Amino acid sequence: MESAVLVSILLSVIAASTPLLLAGIGELVVERSGVLNLGVEGMMLVGAIAGFAVTYSSGSASLGILAAALGGMAMALVFAFLTLTLQANQVATGLALTIFGIGLAAMMGAGFVGHPVPKLPGLDLPLLSAIPVIGPLVFGQDFLVYFSIAAVIGASWFLYRSHGGLVLRAIGDSHDAAHAIGYPVIRIRYLACLFGGAMSGLAGAYLSLSYTPMWAEDMSAGRGWIALALVVFATWRPGRLLLGAYLFGGITILQFHVQTMGLGIPPQFVSMLPYLATILVLCAISSDATRIRLNAPACLGRPFHAAG
Amino acid sequence: MHLEIIARGERSRTWAYLSPVLAIVLTLVTSAFIFAFLGKDPLAALKVMWIDPVLTKRGFAELFVKAAPLVMIAIGLALGFRANVWNIGAEGQFIMGAIFATGVALYFYEVQNWPVWLAMIPAGILGGALWGAIPAFLKLRFNANEILTSLMLTYVASLILLYLVAGPWKDPDGYGFPQSRMFSDAANSPRLISGTRIHVGVFASLGIVILGWFLLQKSMLGFQLKVLGQAPRAAAFAGFSTRGLTWLSLLVGGGLAGLAGMFEVAGPIGQLTPALPTGYGFTAIIVAFLGRLHPIGILFGGLVLALSYLGGEKAQIALGLPAAVVKINQGILLFYLLACDLFIRYRVKIATGRAA
Repeated sequence: MESAVLVSILLSVIAASTPLLLAGIGELVVERSGVLNLGVEGMMLVGAIAGFAVTYSSGSASLGILAAALGGMAMALVFAFLTLTLQANQVATGLALTIFGIGLAAMMGAGFVGHPVPKLPGLDLPLLSAIPVIGPLVFGQDFLVYFSIAAVIGASWFLYRSHGGLVLRAIGDSHDAAHAIGYPVIRIRYLACLFGGAMSGLAGAYLSLSYTPMWAEDMSAGRGWIALALVVFATWRPGRLLLGAYLFGGITILQFHVQTMGLGIPPQFVSMLPYLATILVLCAISSDATRIRLNAPACLGRPFHAAG
Repeated sequence: MHLEIIARGERSRTWAYLSPVLAIVLTLVTSAFIFAFLGKDPLAALKVMWIDPVLTKRGFAELFVKAAPLVMIAIGLALGFRANVWNIGAEGQFIMGAIFATGVALYFYEVQNWPVWLAMIPAGILGGALWGAIPAFLKLRFNANEILTSLMLTYVASLILLYLVAGPWKDPDGYGFPQSRMFSDAANSPRLISGTRIHVGVFASLGIVILGWFLLQKSMLGFQLKVLGQAPRAAAFAGFSTRGLTWLSLLVGGGLAGLAGMFEVAGPIGQLTPALPTGYGFTAIIVAFLGRLHPIGILFGGLVLALSYLGGEKAQIALGLPAAVVKINQGILLFYLLACDLFIRYRVKIATGRAA
């Protein structure tokens, strides 16, 4: 009995953490290349509706997941074209992407409100899934949960163990030097942005296909922004992002349990928890200015224009 | 053949003015395509959205009623954006201003006299400024990024609003709806032109344009903000106080957003409801950029975006388009603007032949 409660709590923590982790790892790679895309929330929403609409119409969740990734990438491409090719201000363009994404997703989703889709199926291994506690937690998750963990490992390997990752980090730390050596600064940044868009789109798909398998306007509820804060919390390292995402997933779930405990705290105050925690964590990490300076990509948010 | 982007020696003043105009034209063309795609007659739809709303006296007045909060907030934001202080939580500061003003209106509900309304003005400014002070403090004390903190505080502010209208401030005679009671007449902004909703706040926003113009364009303070934004090191050498300017940006930005919130509850709405936050705080960011961070430009930008709201309402009724069309148009407008701004700093040459 005890273990059943524990399993259900841990399952809900995993579910709440996964979208943060997916979007966060994407943005982490983008920022490591020196680009700050504040449009995560917008890309996430477009991914959520694209994934939902395709799954609902085609009946195939795989196609839905693919559509979500493509939707996020299409949004990221707009951002990349404006900031990388046309040298637009990254902060302003990211904000525009979010405003546009909220509107686009709401318009695309107008006909889908109130329709449910079947929840993404969990992996169901014949014997392993039946093991108490570990079975459902480790062997019963859906594809996107495993993918989010794989993405952290993959990103970690890519950034620190591969040549491509070295080039990407070099570009993020000094685009002029990287350009002088002959690395294609703009092309690498485009690719990083597209990867970030795909991951944000998948985060959205997780929300609309698994977390709450339906579409609702603004259903991301600030998760894109929390993912951005998590990248700072993680001091731009994938391993720490995993920690941060699960910490925040835990806080989100804590909020539901506090609400049912009947402490007489108004539900609205309990709902503030993730937002207040984000501020708190941001302050705690950022107050060590040296640490931020040493870890943040030196060219973060700075436009690059090859002279000559 | 490919495009070559060549840096100009100095910023083009012509393009700084031309870019918003071009962006608006491109947005209209794009929305015509969207209408055609949705199966509507593009020209008729454009007329419904951009001309019909202002054909009547009442509609024309609504343009100014809608533009007033946008202009007020955008001028506050422009102050910060010039100094590279990215307050994007104006929506939250707007809500807090409305909440503080509502507090005064409800506390003095029995006092049927105009000083109530007068007291709501500083209350609204205080509410917004307090909410803006938090990211300023967190930035200066803990080095926390103001973009993220001010945005998180917007979510917190909407939750406070929901708590108040569902709990302590719920209208006892409101049939259980989560909203405050209607303010007494004394707590509503005086209407100035009969047959329209033009209220004192509309003129207040014009006053703020003039004040903002003086502050930003003519005073030493405006110069300091500009230097801090464009050359932080030079600002430090000149002895300008970064801390002081950051405080100022967020306090004034928050205060003006709060004032806009006060005029919104005390004017067009007349009570605190969950429907109060309509994204003015975010739209004002577009207004600030469209207006080139210049108070006079912001006045025009505010009118354009106000028209986009009115047109969106018309389009919902007359064409059956979803409300989201407004946000899409606003997003596209900002995209085009940011793209056209390329021409301020760069020339674009169509080069034929091989890339150099």
